[in-house]
Amino acid sequence: MAGAISSLGNRKTGTAHAATSEAAWVRIVLITTALTFLALFLFLPLVVVFKEAFAKGIDVYLASVSEPAAAHAIKLTLIAAAIAVPCNVIFGLAAAWAIAKFDFRGKQFVITLIDLPFAVSPVIAGLIYMLLFGRQGFFGPWLGDHDIQIMFAVPGIVLATVFITFPFVARELIPLMQEQGKEQEEAAITLGASGWKMFWRVTLPSVKWALLYGMILCNARAMGEFGAVSVVSGKIREQTNTLPLHIEILYNEYQFAAAFAVASLLALLALVTLVLKSLLEWKAAREHELAVRAANAQ
Amino acid sequence: MSEITATALASAPPYPSAKKGWVKKSVLPGFGLSLGLAALYASLIVFIPLAGLVLKALELSLPELWAVISNPRALASYRLTFGAAFTAAGINLFFGLIVAWVLVRYDFFGKRVIDALVDLPFALPTAVAGIALTALYTTKGWVGQWFWLADIKIAYTWLGVTVALTFIGLPFVVRTVQPVLADLESEVEEAAASLGASRWQTFSRVLLPALLPSLLTGFALAFARAIGEYGSVVFISGNMPYKTEITPLLIMTKLEQFDYAGAAALGTVMLVFSFVLLLLINLLQHWSHKRTGG
Repeated sequence: MAGAISSLGNRKTGTAHAATSEAAWVRIVLITTALTFLALFLFLPLVVVFKEAFAKGIDVYLASVSEPAAAHAIKLTLIAAAIAVPCNVIFGLAAAWAIAKFDFRGKQFVITLIDLPFAVSPVIAGLIYMLLFGRQGFFGPWLGDHDIQIMFAVPGIVLATVFITFPFVARELIPLMQEQGKEQEEAAITLGASGWKMFWRVTLPSVKWALLYGMILCNARAMGEFGAVSVVSGKIREQTNTLPLHIEILYNEYQFAAAFAVASLLALLALVTLVLKSLLEWKAAREHELAVRAANAQ
Repeated sequence: MSEITATALASAPPYPSAKKGWVKKSVLPGFGLSLGLAALYASLIVFIPLAGLVLKALELSLPELWAVISNPRALASYRLTFGAAFTAAGINLFFGLIVAWVLVRYDFFGKRVIDALVDLPFALPTAVAGIALTALYTTKGWVGQWFWLADIKIAYTWLGVTVALTFIGLPFVVRTVQPVLADLESEVEEAAASLGASRWQTFSRVLLPALLPSLLTGFALAFARAIGEYGSVVFISGNMPYKTEITPLLIMTKLEQFDYAGAAALGTVMLVFSFVLLLLINLLQHWSHKRTGG
């Protein structure tokens, strides 16, 4: 599913020729339609978050984002992302290495399965762990006997986050590593490099931007996940509340300014994510162009 | 691949690629380790838990299972979920094509910023999107008040659900169509024009068929994403049973009432549907790649 999400690569802009372009009024109508649509669905929601966040003044804003419950939610969100992202980076690298550099039967099926968490509803992502580790779940009685709590506790939140962000890194790496082929790695091995040396010196440098790109998307999703985490968290204030859940609680208590203040933190995170993403796309496109030019010059 | 490495390797001896067993032999190391690690992790995190969901649903007898998934409240939730998701994906199909067209073909002020902003729904947490869209589309909101003048309520009706689902599915059509549109050869269009086709004829007879696979892929991706969506919808929908209750919310309600088997049954229905959609999307993308020769 993430085919649409991965847009690393070179985009070119078509040049307009007189015979193959539209009349000026058509262009104006199309541009206006597109911009109005984007304004209604993208720009205004973003603006309204900040407007509502400061509706009761800067003091309420600062108090809302620094109160203990908010601070705890920020901490928990950071913890969940700090575990989920590295886990999925290791998985992504392993899966991409096996899929991109080797030919084996059932490969296409494996690629489809990796996409599964993208297609599954977040609520189902929470539900499956509930069925395994909840009090009435498969492992519920055993966990209860040993006093281990996974649901309505931090481990459950981490698990749900890991599930939701599972495909991001793998999905960025697989197409790129397939495209790069295996000649360079084969050369390194035949010249006597060890497996790890090849990995650190050849493979990792050649995928670094795509890896970073996947990590940024993975992190944004991990910090913002709501549905899955909402099932497994139990929403206990200052214990199992992540930032998005904290927003919901404030909102349902009609503390709108506070809810939007906390939401503005996540909106800022989204904007930073978009900026980094654009920078990486630009960087990857430039390196691609340089490589092509160098190859043509040979 | 750059030609440098290609020529350097031309002198290297060819490796035997005997087809023995299910994996082709290679000089590269780490196949067993990487595939084993990936498979173990994927099984623990994704497949075993998902299998647990289906097993839990099968704890119910068939008549019980049928009673849960064909209950009027569940049927109403499917109608809303699929109806709103389909409408939202349709809106995105139409406007997504226009946005992609404008971004690829025209130059205007702020284009690069707008291009980057299209990905906002991927980056913005759904809960934030939910409360922001609600604030905009209530009868007092910046946008909602104008519709309210015409007696149309958006937030807390199925229209509100559609607005939220349009938001979260917005990037898919744009991002699938954009690269295909950018790679189209201008020669075909020039040929059509020189043969006397009007601009509209060129668009509908030449360009649109070439864009069709990517449009359908984008539509299917937006639809699939919308069906499972929860975070942005719960705030704007009002969550009234039979009226504005989506299926994921109904699952949530069942969980809160400790009806685990019922939740698992509804979850399985959604899972099966997601899986079918995923296969369909893969087929579409395959077709799309073949058409564009990518």
